[in-house]
Amino acid sequence: MTLSAHALSSHNEQLPEPFPMARHASIANTAAVKLTVEDLHKHYGDHQVLKGVSLQARKGDVISLIGASGSGKSTMLRCINFLEQPDAGAITLDGQTIEMRQGRAGVRAPHPAQLQNLRTRLAMVFQHFNLWSHMTVLENICLAPRRVLGVSAQDAEARARAYLDKVGLPSRAADQYPAFLSGGQQQRVAIARALAMEPEIILFDEPTSALDPELVGEVLKVIQTLAEEGRTMLMVTHEMGFARKVSSQVLFLHQGRVEEQGSAAILDHPQSERLQQFLSNRLK
Amino acid sequence: MNDFLHSIGLQALSLQGFGPLLAQGAWMTLKLALLSLALSLSLGLIGACAKCSPLRVLRVPATLYTTLIRSVPDLVLILLIFYTLQLWLNDFTEMLGWNYIEIDPFMAGVITLGFIYGAYFTENFRGAILSVPAGQLEAAKAYGLNRTQRFRLVLFPQLMRFALPGLGNNWLVLLKSTALVSIIGLADLVKAAQNAGKTTNNTLYFLILAALVYLVITTLSNRLFKRLERRYNTGIKGLAS
Ligand SMILES: Nc1ncnc2c1ncn2[C@@H]1O[C@H](COP(=O)(O)OP(=O)(O)OP(=O)(O)O)[C@@H](O)[C@H]1O
Ligand SMILES: [Mg+2]
Repeated sequence: MTLSAHALSSHNEQLPEPFPMARHASIANTAAVKLTVEDLHKHYGDHQVLKGVSLQARKGDVISLIGASGSGKSTMLRCINFLEQPDAGAITLDGQTIEMRQGRAGVRAPHPAQLQNLRTRLAMVFQHFNLWSHMTVLENICLAPRRVLGVSAQDAEARARAYLDKVGLPSRAADQYPAFLSGGQQQRVAIARALAMEPEIILFDEPTSALDPELVGEVLKVIQTLAEEGRTMLMVTHEMGFARKVSSQVLFLHQGRVEEQGSAAILDHPQSERLQQFLSNRLK
Repeated sequence: MNDFLHSIGLQALSLQGFGPLLAQGAWMTLKLALLSLALSLSLGLIGACAKCSPLRVLRVPATLYTTLIRSVPDLVLILLIFYTLQLWLNDFTEMLGWNYIEIDPFMAGVITLGFIYGAYFTENFRGAILSVPAGQLEAAKAYGLNRTQRFRLVLFPQLMRFALPGLGNNWLVLLKSTALVSIIGLADLVKAAQNAGKTTNNTLYFLILAALVYLVITTLSNRLFKRLERRYNTGIKGLAS
């Protein structure tokens, strides 16, 4: 994997070269538990996509979710912020479990106020960026801080500009519309949008899968900086080399179950046959 | 004006004293069309949201509404709605022992046209809602925007991109349908032209005048729609911005 040098030019000094080995690999994270996901189940029609998956994220953890296409990685991530409603299981943030209620038409739904609270604390970065296409970059970043967190227009703009700088975009990008930026730039704007919520946890769903190969590096570099700052992150990824570098935990999903789980070392020394197979198929 | 046209032998171009009548008719047509537009746009948005709702109790009546209305000719609907409205009102006043109230043809016209075109706009808006990429709303949800904010700040501005061409079209059809309302006794532009034509024995001339007025209104509205389209399309690559 090559990381392009031009991204994040203003923050280069913070990036030791070459990248350190997984920073958590040898040191167990003993920080407070931030997020617990217990026994999530989810089905679509008669397809059981999640058959009871769990994870625990401590403050500062970077957890990579890996697995074959269709194994349920995105579904798991999307159940955590309730973009999908899990059929069973519990999400606990800072010791508070989201209360599930019998909602409309018998569907289990999270308690509305708790859901709202959770969504202000978990930000998401999507595979296809999902920047609001009718808004400028600045408007994209300011929208939720202003409307959801109630930050003043001035403060939101100041935040937006600071985070744009942090993800390595020039200030003139602020007034552009997303469609006129490259994929890598759009994804960096999306990361700035997430950061502007000052979230406690960031969820990434294959943040580089939709990018041209030459643009992957600039986005990974930004994510790496965030990891080094000690941000808590959950990341679905197919970039094994990157997962190895930044992850404190790796979860390997197979057909809706966590087949293997451990430190980034499991990528080098997989225990289960399925993970061995999965990794050797990726080596091409 | 009349004297002047007369003196140069162009009396056929004068309004022969019917200017004020025609102007009133034109104004009536415009008022009727705009109020019906407001009503039908509101019904259309509500109907489209109902049709896209996961709840059957909302979807079914909305589907019934659009299917029924769109399969019956406007003229039949106008007569039907106007006379049934009047009959219901009669029953109602009788029941309460009130005096007979006649429905104001203008209000009846607005309600009828609004109701009919609400069905067309429902289909318009529904198609537009479905065209908005799901990820746009998903992002809004994930970032904690509530239902109203998601609609106002994300869905609406984006659906307008897809809805505007169809809305412009339906608006023109609605405008022309106002002529049908002259049947229930409204003094609109067509009625005024007919009256002037009958009195002066020059129907063709006054009808052409009326046609020109419609043409002016449609030309102006086309410009307005073009401008709206430009505005809602900002941010789309490959289009002028
Ligand atoms: N909305 C949905 N309706 C029906 N089936 C769905 C839906 N979303 C996902 N699925 C199915 O659930 C399974 C798991 O999907 P998911 O997106 O979680 O996989 P994934 O591990 O993220 O795969 P990929 O690497 O391809 O993104 C797939 O078989 C998919 O077809
Ligand atoms: Mg996925």
